[in-house]
Amino acid sequence: MERGIGMLFQGISGSRGIEIGKAYVYEKHNFDIDKKEISSVDVDPEIHKLKQALAVSNLQIQSVRQKALEKVGEDKAKIFDAHLLIAEDPAYAEDIITLIREERLSAAAALEAVTNQYVTMFSGMDDEYMRERGADVKDVGDRVLRNLLGFPPRGLDHLAEEVIVVAHELTPSDTISLDARYVKGFITHIGGRTSHAAIIARTLEIPAVLGVTGITSRVKSGEIIILDGTAGKIYVNPEKELIVKYQQKQKEYLFLQAEIKQLGQLPATTLDGKSVEISANIGAPQDIDMALTYGAEGVGLYRTEFLYLGKKSLPCEDEQYQAYKKVAEKLEGKPLIIRTLDIGGDKELPYLELSPELNPFLGYRGIRICLDKADIFKTQLRAILKASVHGNVMIMYPMISGITEVRRANKILAEVKQELRECGILFDEDIKVGIMIEIPSAAISAEKIIQEVDFFSIGTNDLCQYTLAVDRMNEKISYLYQPLHPAVLKLIKISIDASHKYSKFTGMCGELAGDPMAAVLLLGLGLDEFSMSASSIPLVKKVIRSITYEQAKKIADAALLLDTHQEIVEYSAKILETLRIIDAEGEKI
Amino acid sequence: MKTANAVINNPIGLHARPAAQFTQIAAKYQSKITLQKEAKVIDAKSIIKVLSLGIKQGTVIKINAEGPDEKEAIDALVKLIKSNFGE
Repeated sequence: MERGIGMLFQGISGSRGIEIGKAYVYEKHNFDIDKKEISSVDVDPEIHKLKQALAVSNLQIQSVRQKALEKVGEDKAKIFDAHLLIAEDPAYAEDIITLIREERLSAAAALEAVTNQYVTMFSGMDDEYMRERGADVKDVGDRVLRNLLGFPPRGLDHLAEEVIVVAHELTPSDTISLDARYVKGFITHIGGRTSHAAIIARTLEIPAVLGVTGITSRVKSGEIIILDGTAGKIYVNPEKELIVKYQQKQKEYLFLQAEIKQLGQLPATTLDGKSVEISANIGAPQDIDMALTYGAEGVGLYRTEFLYLGKKSLPCEDEQYQAYKKVAEKLEGKPLIIRTLDIGGDKELPYLELSPELNPFLGYRGIRICLDKADIFKTQLRAILKASVHGNVMIMYPMISGITEVRRANKILAEVKQELRECGILFDEDIKVGIMIEIPSAAISAEKIIQEVDFFSIGTNDLCQYTLAVDRMNEKISYLYQPLHPAVLKLIKISIDASHKYSKFTGMCGELAGDPMAAVLLLGLGLDEFSMSASSIPLVKKVIRSITYEQAKKIADAALLLDTHQEIVEYSAKILETLRIIDAEGEKI
Repeated sequence: MKTANAVINNPIGLHARPAAQFTQIAAKYQSKITLQKEAKVIDAKSIIKVLSLGIKQGTVIKINAEGPDEKEAIDALVKLIKSNFGE
């Protein structure tokens, strides 16, 4: 306890943000469960009561699931499917009934005993997934118990004023019913960054501090709390001065958040008027919504593997066409680069029965598979071509090592186009075709290759791995994984220069493209398009908008003269510092 | 009574979605169906019990079914395992 500032508690940051408000201690009811032996005539009525409570619970879960579906989407509603399976589990009911019969326990006492036994079993398992199932069983058990005892379901749906919820634990059933108008933040005793409460708080964009030991007994409802979700701190009954200080901090935080979101919608134009394109990498059609919210000006990499993974057989042409069409339409004419199937390496497709390899990253993968299994390739190309009438679609081949592969792939593409023409199917006749630059030989032959294609997109993750011969998954050598290594930068420059010489463009879809520290350097090297995870977009735009292209070119030239990755990183960090770029957390980066 | 031995071959074992698929298929049959791993025998229609066995990839399991549709039940469950749960 610190003097003068009330009580300070430190927890884990579950969701960022600052909130000041009244505590609402959301307590678990400690039901008094009668453990007395019941008489033999009561056995059957107790069993009947249990069955009824299970049936009611089942209906409630179904309706909660529906609510979740509307509020937070399919993905997060899935948790209630697990709840349904538990509520319907025949062994659960059977074990409880056995206790009622043999131990002469009331339904409530037997339910509590069996639930606890399962929870103990799951929470003792050495597997995160299993431990989460323990929480599910507890949630279901609590619901059935309330129904047995005639209490309404637990929930946060009857609040009348704005509060910060303080709870021992928040279960999916608790959070789904919460009234988002009144719940301004969470504090819990149990939970970490990946817990359900944290995920929901981040979805609702309210702050949360979790893992605060014994918090429910240290706070009373109605007490004033400062909740600093960013730092994972809580002040209970703070002094006036501290409240004023945090009100200021909250204002700054909200201002920055709004600014970051707004920034995403601005064009990525330098102070001297040069514009570059900032796009998003996506893996599934639904990712496009988030990409647009963050201000993506296109999709620089649509990973089509998603359509092929987790299936029993290859996706058919129509299934692919529907997916590509959906994304193309949502983009309303903004560029969409679809990468053809990049399987192999660390991504396997069981139904292709690829044999295990000693060196998968140097083996049968990417375009090598597509050129070998032309049927698979043709199906995908047909689907992409058909979708091309719905937007600004481009095709990109992965894992190109030289010009022969480009020619072979383009020949197959020409055949597919011809087949479509013969069938009278429309497609974009001027569809642009590009390749990924991820193998050093492709970068070195860039000037030859660019004459056969319309654009390059640099995949820095693999380019770095292949150039420096470093497996980035191997912790012992991860220090050698240096995306700003002078040799990697040189290959990037060769590729960009070659494309510009022929009035074509180069993008980048590796992780480096979303790194604000590298943005100035890449801009200065002449990169035309930066494609990244949606959430990186606002910050990279901010960096680009705060400098002139002339400055960036000078910085890139200077960086190319440096000797080591370390020097280039330090140099880039210093540049960023002088630009006074502030990130979303309100700290300089 | 019908019995079958099978090896769980999918990467995550009888876990998460595969465990749910397994119990949901078992629940479609009237027969009493049990799942055995080493000396432990459990109700194959119970997700909680199936998960509690913690069956990993490579584990040999034994399925027993007794009842009017025992053959169909065993066939369906073995088929599911052989398909690697459609993964």
